[in-house]
Formats: sequence, C-alpha cells, structure tokens
Amino acid sequence: MMAKAAKIQDRRQSRPAPSKKFNLRRNVLELRSLRNVFLTAGACLVAALGAVPLISVLYMLVVKGGARLNLELFTELPPAGFEQGGGIGNAIQGTLATVAIASAISIPIAILAAIYLAEFRPEGPTSALARFLSKVLTGFPSILAGVFVYAAVVLLMGGYSALAGGVALAVLMLPTVTLTAEGAMRMVPQRMKDAAIGMGCTKTQVVWHVTLPTALPSIVTGVILAVARVAGESAPLLFTALFSNYWLRSVREPTASLSILIYNFSSMPFENQIELAWAASLVLVLIVLTFNILSRFIGRPQV
Amino acid sequence: MAIQFALQDGKSLSQRPSIAAYVVDRAFFLAAGLGAFTIVALVAYILWEIGGQALPAVIKNGPQFLVNTHWNVQNQSFGILPQIWGTLYSSLLALLIGGFVGVTIAIILTQDFLPHQIAVVFRTLIEMLAAIPSVVFGLWGIFVVIPFIRPAADWLHDVAGFIPFFGTSLSGPGMAPAVIVLAIMILPTVAAISQDAISLVPYKVKEAAYGMGTTRWEAILKVIVPTASGGISSSLVLGFGRALGETMALAMLIGNANQISLSLFSPANTLASLLASNFPEAGQIERQALMYAALVLLAITLVVNVIGTLILAWTSRKIVKA
Repeated sequence: MMAKAAKIQDRRQSRPAPSKKFNLRRNVLELRSLRNVFLTAGACLVAALGAVPLISVLYMLVVKGGARLNLELFTELPPAGFEQGGGIGNAIQGTLATVAIASAISIPIAILAAIYLAEFRPEGPTSALARFLSKVLTGFPSILAGVFVYAAVVLLMGGYSALAGGVALAVLMLPTVTLTAEGAMRMVPQRMKDAAIGMGCTKTQVVWHVTLPTALPSIVTGVILAVARVAGESAPLLFTALFSNYWLRSVREPTASLSILIYNFSSMPFENQIELAWAASLVLVLIVLTFNILSRFIGRPQV
Repeated sequence: MAIQFALQDGKSLSQRPSIAAYVVDRAFFLAAGLGAFTIVALVAYILWEIGGQALPAVIKNGPQFLVNTHWNVQNQSFGILPQIWGTLYSSLLALLIGGFVGVTIAIILTQDFLPHQIAVVFRTLIEMLAAIPSVVFGLWGIFVVIPFIRPAADWLHDVAGFIPFFGTSLSGPGMAPAVIVLAIMILPTVAAISQDAISLVPYKVKEAAYGMGTTRWEAILKVIVPTASGGISSSLVLGFGRALGETMALAMLIGNANQISLSLFSPANTLASLLASNFPEAGQIERQALMYAALVLLAITLVVNVIGTLILAWTSRKIVKA
C-alpha cells in the first residue's frame, strides 16, 4: 500500500502542474470528500457498537458468574427456594449427557448422508432434495424440534426423558453436520480420488482410504461446531428433557441441563438462584467457546 | 484392499475389486443412501407429526385461529393474531437494527478499512457473538439491557408519549429489550453472509469505479453494494428467518402478554415464546392448539428460509457465471 502510494506521489510530482481546467485531484473540502470522511467515521462507530454487546456479556459473566465459581458449584445440587449455597452439578451432567446422546445419534447418520451427497450421487435427485432440505432445516426454529420430539418420542415413551432431549438436539445437529461434512469431502482434490479408482479401488475403498482421511480435520471442525451449538440450546429441551433437581440416573428419566437451569433461575426472586444462573451461564459459555476454539485449531486447512 | 504395485510381465498395475470388496461397496452405498434418505424422511415425518397433532385443533378452530386475539384456556377459545403480530413486529424491528449494523460490519471488514490484525480480531469477536447461547442473552437482557434502557424509555414516554411507538411506559420486559437482544443475535448471521457476498464482487468492478474517480464510499454504495445486493438481501432474509424462530431470549424478555400494540415499551408475545411458556403445562386441548401455532410458525419460517436459500443459490450462480 505504502509503496503504491509513494509511486503515485512520484508520478504526480514528475508531471507538469495540472492546469486549472483539468484538475484531477479531489479537493479535501469538497462535499463528496467530506461525505466520504463522515461515512467512514459513522461506519466505524456502528461497527464498534456491534462489538459492545459481546464485551458487556463477557464482562457480566466474569464478574457475576466468576463470583460463584468454586468446587461446590460443580458437585452440589441446585438449591430450593430460600436455601443458600448449592451448585449446578446435575445440570452440567445433564447437558453433557443429552449432547452425547445427540452426537451418538446424529453424527453417524450425517456422515453417511454426506458421503452419499458428496461421493456416491452428487447430482442425483435424492441428493438435491436432501441438500435443499438440510439447508432449510438449518434455519428451522429450534423450538419446533422440541415440539416434534414431544409428539414423536415423549408421547410414545409416556414421559419426559434425557433420551428425548438428546433426540431433539440430534434433529438440530443432523443438517449442520451433513452440510459441513459434504463441503469438506468436496474439497478433496478429484485427482486423488481418480488415482485410487485407477488402481482398482471400489467407491467404498476410495471413501475410506482417501476421502475420509483427507477430509477428516474439516469434518471434525464441523462436528465440534455443531456440538457447541446444541450444547447451548434450550428451547428443544424445554418439554423433552424437562428439568430435574436430582442427579441423572437413567436416560429414561427427565434431566436437568445448564440452559434450562438458567431459564428457570433467571425468573426467580431469590438472589442465590440468580447468582447461580450467572455462574451456570459462565460455565455454559466456557464449554461452548472451548469447543469453538478447539475447532479452529483442528480445522486448519490441510488439503 | 488388495492392490499390488509390482509390475508382473507388463500387466496393468490395477486389478479388479474382489467379490467381497464389491459386496461391501454395494452395502456401503445402500447405507449412505439410507443416511441421505433419513434427512428427507425426517422432514416429512416432522411435517406429518406436527400436522397430525395439530389436526383436531385445525378442524375445531379453522382459519379463525389466525385472526382471533384471545388465548383463553377456560373457554377453550384460541387465537394467535397477537403472537403473529409480535413475531413479525419484533423480527422486522430487529432486522432493521441488526441488518444495518451487520451489513456495515461486513463492509468495514471486506473493504480494507482496518489493518489486517485488527480485522481478524474484530471478525472473531463477531463470530463469538454467534456462539453465545440464547438463554445467556436472555439473562443478560434481563439484568443489563432492561435497566440500561429504562431511563431512556421513561424519558421518551414522558416527552413523546403521543407517538404510538412510545405510548406506554416500560414496566420491565417488553418489546424494546427483546428487539435489541434479537438484533444482536441476528447480527452475526447477516454480517457473515454479507461478507461472503461482498467478497464475491470481482476486483475489476471496484477498480473500474475507482478509475472513474469515485470516493471510497461512492464506490461502495453505488457499485459494490448493488453488485452484491443479491447476497446481501439473502443475508437479510435468512437473518429474518432466524429472528422469527428465536425462542428463549424472547420468552425471557418480551413479557408474554397477548396484546397487539405499536408501542415499543409494552409487553407482547411471539409464536415461539408462546410455545415455550405454555407448552410444558398445557392440557390436551391447549396442546393441540399449540401444535396448530407451531404449524403456523413452521409455515412462516419455511417460506422465509426457502426464499433466502433460493436467492442465495440464484445470486451466487449469477456472479460466478459473470
């Protein structure tokens, strides 16, 4: 940039002074120039404004949530009404359990679907439809996943359960993982696959020995981001996993989760519960951000 | 995989797959196809389940459901006009704020306004915003946004109360805090998709504009943004779609009052937060009505998202061709 500007400056000086009639230089006080400066300043201000909420959220989490960050938080059960102390241990356990169930259900299906979309039938009608529906599903309101699972699982099993919560989160993970895994597999250079086919590999061998190993870092990135996203979800858990004040003993029981705990405690009139809601938010954001940062380290392009 | 790389009497390096490999290949192909089919089947099943559960309420309430304004469990008379209004009103206002800030951020980040390192940090900050869970924004809205805007809201109501937008005083939760938080939540979506759209604009277009002697902002506003307008509008449509379906932050901030009001400071309700707050304790009849409301929400977001996806597909194809 600097070199370029200096060159232009050079050229200007080597030329004869511009005549008054054809002055190509822009006057700094001209209306258009002033408007330009004004717009730059305004846009920078607006953009800076966009960063304020994040800083404010993080500040509140550290100050309010950090105050309760101790061992008790992770090992105790949530307190009742006027009780003091307590922790969010069962909510952390419940969040991890539901996310694990969701991952176990959705990741295998999503990767299989992505292999079909990227490798077996990239142009087929089923692929086109599945791809389009996945894109539409990523914009699907998460509460509708809860409504659906309520009708499909909770009514069937006869009660709220950690399993139902996991299924609801799986519905949300499925399209995102499919789309990112498909994109990752499409980034694998065609000549690598062609070489393998030339050696007499079947399509399946190409997928297992060439495509998947090469695309793995990007696929893992997509999976981690999807996990991070659903770990923070609460709407689909509201009436699938419900909430529980006790430790989770079976996946067929209702379970607590960090997000529902925050929702429930935020409307309580007790200082203790609100402090716990902030602490739970801090833990939840730390989990989500850890996953996000992890995905950045794994997902460095290696192809 | 039985591939041998040694040449034998000038024969080809490659060999046919064995029968076993062939069988495995077919089986794996079927499994992968089943995976893809699961997605299609899932969407169909979702529509069928929600539609099936809503059917009794659809038959009983009919299209009246969309224009009735009461949600009365005792009389079993249900209507969702206030929720539809609240959903559209809050999403539109949020889009106005979030869209403006989001597109501005996209311009700042793509047009070399900032030194590279600062741009990277700033982009990461905006991406982190997308990672903050909805409930955390809700909690933040209750304890930070509402106290923060209350003085301004009171002042506006006192001074300009005759304007319908400021017609009521802010008692706590209400439309204004909900819209602010919603705008923050859709901002990363708009910024990310707009950035992609703007960086797709060919360099020569921008250079041609500069060659004509435009200022930076003339080039941006008259050449670059119009060229990227397809992608930018799809970012706005998809952001709008996100706002429509956003649940928890709104359920915590909007006040859950079934009324239609232009005022920014009065409590309202949205379809998603109606579901969130009424579903867990609902009885059979109310649950069917809620399923009907879910169906309406599904229809609205489906239409908005399909439009956004189509605009995105259409414009990115057009730009790549040109």
